[in-house]
Amino acid sequence: MSRSSTDGGERAAAAGIVVVGNGMAGARLVSEIRARDRRVALTVFGAEPQQPYNRVLLSDVLAGATGPDQIGLVDPAWYDANDVDARLGVEVVRVDRDAKRVHASDGTVTPYDTLVLATGSTAFVPPIPGTEHGLPGGVVAFRTLEDCRAILAAADGARHAVVVGGGLLGIEAARGLAGRGLHVTVVHLAGHLMERQLDQGAGAVLARTLGRLGIRTLLGTSAKALRTGTGAGDARRVTAVELETGERLPADVVVLACGVRPEVRLARAAGLKVDRGVVVDETLRSVTDPDVRAIGECSQYGDTVYGLVAPAWEQATVLADLLTGADAAARFTGARQITRLKAAGVDLVAMGETHHGDDDPQVEVMRFADASRGTYKKVAIRDGRLVGAILLGETGTAGTLTQLYDRSGPLPSDRLSLLFPGMGGAQAADSPVRMPDAATVCHCNNVSKRQIRVCWENGARTADEVARRTRASTGCGGCRDALEGLVAWLDEQDSVTVG
Amino acid sequence: MTDTPTHCPYCALQCGMTLGGASAAPGPGRRRRPALRVTPREDVPANQGGLCQKGWTSAELLTVPDRLTTPLMRARRGAPLEPCAWDRALDRIAAEVRRLRDAHGHDAVAVFGGGGLTNEKAYQVGKFARIALRTSQIDYNGRFCMSSAAAAVGRAFGLDRGLPGPITDLARADAILLAGGNVAETMPPFMRHVSAMRSAGGAFVVVDPRRTATARQADLHLQPAPGTDLALANGMLHLALTEGLVDEEYIAARTSGFAAVRTVVNAYWPARVERITGVPVPHMREAVRLLARGRRSYVLTARGAEQHARGVDTVTAFINLALALGLPGREGAGYGCLTGQGNGQGGREHGQKADQLPGYRGIDDPAARAHVAGVWGVDPAVLPGPGRSAYELLSALGAADGPKMLLLFGSNPVVSAPRSAAVEERLDALDFLVAADFVLSETAARADVVLPTAQWAEESGTMTNLEGRVLRRRRAVPPPPGVRTDLEIIAALARRLDAPGAWSADPAEVFDELRAASAGGPADYSGITYERIEREGGVFWPCPSPDHPGTPRPFLDRFATPDGRARFIPVEHTGAAEDVDAEYPVRLTTGRVLAQYQSGAQTRRVRPLAEAAPEPFVEIHPDLAGRLGIDDGADVRVTSRRGAATVRARLTDEIRHDTVFMPFHWAGEGRANLLTNPALDPVSRMPEFKVCAVRLEPVAASGRPPGDGAAAGPDADRASVIDEPGAAREPSGASR
Repeated sequence: MSRSSTDGGERAAAAGIVVVGNGMAGARLVSEIRARDRRVALTVFGAEPQQPYNRVLLSDVLAGATGPDQIGLVDPAWYDANDVDARLGVEVVRVDRDAKRVHASDGTVTPYDTLVLATGSTAFVPPIPGTEHGLPGGVVAFRTLEDCRAILAAADGARHAVVVGGGLLGIEAARGLAGRGLHVTVVHLAGHLMERQLDQGAGAVLARTLGRLGIRTLLGTSAKALRTGTGAGDARRVTAVELETGERLPADVVVLACGVRPEVRLARAAGLKVDRGVVVDETLRSVTDPDVRAIGECSQYGDTVYGLVAPAWEQATVLADLLTGADAAARFTGARQITRLKAAGVDLVAMGETHHGDDDPQVEVMRFADASRGTYKKVAIRDGRLVGAILLGETGTAGTLTQLYDRSGPLPSDRLSLLFPGMGGAQAADSPVRMPDAATVCHCNNVSKRQIRVCWENGARTADEVARRTRASTGCGGCRDALEGLVAWLDEQDSVTVG
Repeated sequence: MTDTPTHCPYCALQCGMTLGGASAAPGPGRRRRPALRVTPREDVPANQGGLCQKGWTSAELLTVPDRLTTPLMRARRGAPLEPCAWDRALDRIAAEVRRLRDAHGHDAVAVFGGGGLTNEKAYQVGKFARIALRTSQIDYNGRFCMSSAAAAVGRAFGLDRGLPGPITDLARADAILLAGGNVAETMPPFMRHVSAMRSAGGAFVVVDPRRTATARQADLHLQPAPGTDLALANGMLHLALTEGLVDEEYIAARTSGFAAVRTVVNAYWPARVERITGVPVPHMREAVRLLARGRRSYVLTARGAEQHARGVDTVTAFINLALALGLPGREGAGYGCLTGQGNGQGGREHGQKADQLPGYRGIDDPAARAHVAGVWGVDPAVLPGPGRSAYELLSALGAADGPKMLLLFGSNPVVSAPRSAAVEERLDALDFLVAADFVLSETAARADVVLPTAQWAEESGTMTNLEGRVLRRRRAVPPPPGVRTDLEIIAALARRLDAPGAWSADPAEVFDELRAASAGGPADYSGITYERIEREGGVFWPCPSPDHPGTPRPFLDRFATPDGRARFIPVEHTGAAEDVDAEYPVRLTTGRVLAQYQSGAQTRRVRPLAEAAPEPFVEIHPDLAGRLGIDDGADVRVTSRRGAATVRARLTDEIRHDTVFMPFHWAGEGRANLLTNPALDPVSRMPEFKVCAVRLEPVAASGRPPGDGAAAGPDADRASVIDEPGAAREPSGASR
């Protein structure tokens, strides 16, 4: 699908496009650009030396479902084959906006017509005593594939793990470690797990579900200090986490999953307007410099920094449309965020406004909870549209809900079908005995119950004979049971009448 | 009259049936011949004694009241079609060919064939185009049917043959996944094999946006939004990887290219795919586990997965899944495509396709050209190169650089082609249109000359069914007086055009020539004879010599690629060519119903079928209908960017809230293909029949006069031979 064109008005000229960052957003942008335009000069800088990988799959790596080297998003050979200048393991250290050049850690200077910042974010390390001189052995701030490898290395032979932070990433890490046989405790400051995505009821059910998987949850407290062995080097390994409550948790592995911060140092140093992220408009252009764009977790549109992959990929699509001229009218006007926990044995999806109670007359809230079986379901509806939902434990309607939420589609009149798959939809086939006379029994040969009854009344007393005369069941054969049931029922009726 | 063992005239299952002497029921018309009696054959594996309503009633085709028995011709454009003598009709056609060819060159005359034609006819039509007309402009309605699967299978396995083995293998499977096929309605006896599998503990998984009759019999039904099958298949492969279900040993030993596919499917993690497709993650996981639980599993696709502007890639995604699970090239397992039209398989092997020569040879391959030219007794240089694909051919008719004349065999594109109002315009822009048919189809009604042809039970030949098994179609009754076979017509025209080579009208002689022409090609029929077919109950191609047993299961030892390995090919989801928006907010998908076949040409003329499925309709979910103020049974106007159709509403909760469904078997204002999107697949040139954007509005009671027949029933058919929109003989188009 070559969509290159020259009338887009935004087509980059000779120096081309330089993308800083080769994570989920940057790598996607590069592929999307090349899918539309084979020729525009394209350079991508990636601080991590390996091929770009799918961060979503890190939880699979922790769980052992996938190898660390099997989550690539772009084959290394792809860059050469597609004429992309890929500088992997090279960091951009400075942007010279006046000269429209970037300076890299390897000393090179690269000119650009359009600069795209896709620098992502970095793990936030809370200022806990014990981390002043760098993280002790066995302590990992979880963010990257490298972090993932470090956690796996630390978990090897370990018995006790503490995860600081009960958000999405923390719970996925906890689940992965528990699956490897460690005793895991999640320490979370808020009153319930995943408090940004879940209401309290769902958080409580989730904690209970994790408990069954061998993960202990401590809420409303945080790590006061990390305890380590004495000395330097290997001896400075973590041994325990001390909590605000005074409790001391033995720990061979500590995972810090306390959130992320947009990586905006480069942008700030270049004088671009930065709030929490690089502030962009709906063409993903920096409000400071029309030649600079930003996508993914380092960018901010309106008040929102989007932290999930789906919005970053939407931004990549829009920006590729704009930069190649494939669709000059493409705009990013915000995205709906759907959170999905990836943890074996814990199915969880959450979207939108999940915290509504029953007090807002404008919002229709439906809930179902069965904590003992780990199920919690909730949908919030305003003006006949889905504005929020949680499905925990049983997610059979997640496909329906995500599509209704994404497209703001009108909801089915049968609200129960939003919570329970199959409700209002699939009914079990009526017993042929209770069918109306006109109902079709054999669809292949269009034979009604009435025709079968009449055939029986005319003397056909076996299913074979009825089949021969009416052709019922001679097509796909799927109604054979129904036909036999009907014939048996007719026989029975007959004997009742006669008797 | 003796009993004649033969096969059903309709779909690719080619159910065995015996045509016997006159049945007890007298035909309604005095002038009509007595109807033959149909009995299903127990000895044919495909149906094992079963038949659907279409098959049971098929003999009524032989006695349709508006059968053409004399050529029809217009004195000039605008004049009525009037009966004329055969010589006058044929002379006129030959004269027009010469006139237009002299004025505009060889490509001024085009040919459009059909996937219902016998192998002999398909072969002869292709040969006629190449050396009698010397035109490159030939294609056929199979382009609307099988082409996406054919292209995908060709690039993955090196050889395109519908099913990987005898259909009876299915009954012993551990699991079957069927993507985009409603076999319980389109080929009901196929379900016998599925039911047998399920009775033995096998699992049946159906992928379809509608809860069809087939989906209702499934153990698991995945209901993706139309146009998202590719994402679903990639997502299932992703799950197979993370669940450790892929067959690494097989991948290493028998395939190439897996690494690139792995990288691509890494981007199809379950939650993302759920969001694209609407299929819950647990259902995807369950489907993958079912497929992977044994070694004997099948991944099958049909038109629902194939008729898309990215149909080749979609089929490829399902093939990738099958390969990753280690299925193709194993006995009793694999990937298969369910061919639709009666001879959809054979029809695509012997030269009707714009880029092919007999034996599934490429027309731009010098060795293939030399071989076929040798059989035909011409210089290879005489053979034209590749021409336009079906929709592109139809779109070019009458255009400055397009054909000025079209000869149509066994197809009814006015009903079956996408954006059919535009196709009508193109047909009307021709200098001369010739249709060979047994009734006055909607397309034939626009022709300058109509040639009445023999049908199905009136002539003999071979058909290649969905298994790749070559079968004998036998003559049970002579054609009515005044009617000629397609082979006779082609021979007569070839003589008038002073064509080189031999032009037999005897199917057996043509088959012998086909065998020689196919020898050495991928679809090698050279070892197949009528006698062998009869003795062995059919022969699987390739069969390169008389002592070769045929090939029921290709690929057991190696794939037909240069290195013998099946190819993984990475494919990406891009979505439908036309998305819904504020103006056209609802997705339309099209398909079939049980009692009708293709353009309805044949089945609309059979009374029990017309009664069972009398008119076009649109299936709407009650919620959507409620919002739009549409009642069950009311008339609805369905509008797309291509046109508008008026049909009756049928409310059902078996369809998604955001999607409506229309069958495409009817002509007139209820034609589904007035709406469909002719966006073409870049490889197969398949149009996107299966998804486009529409809006729906209720039609006021006065909006449509009663009896204004979108559906011409049998009685309407009888009214007039000339004016009535009718139906076409060899099922036309879009065997979807």
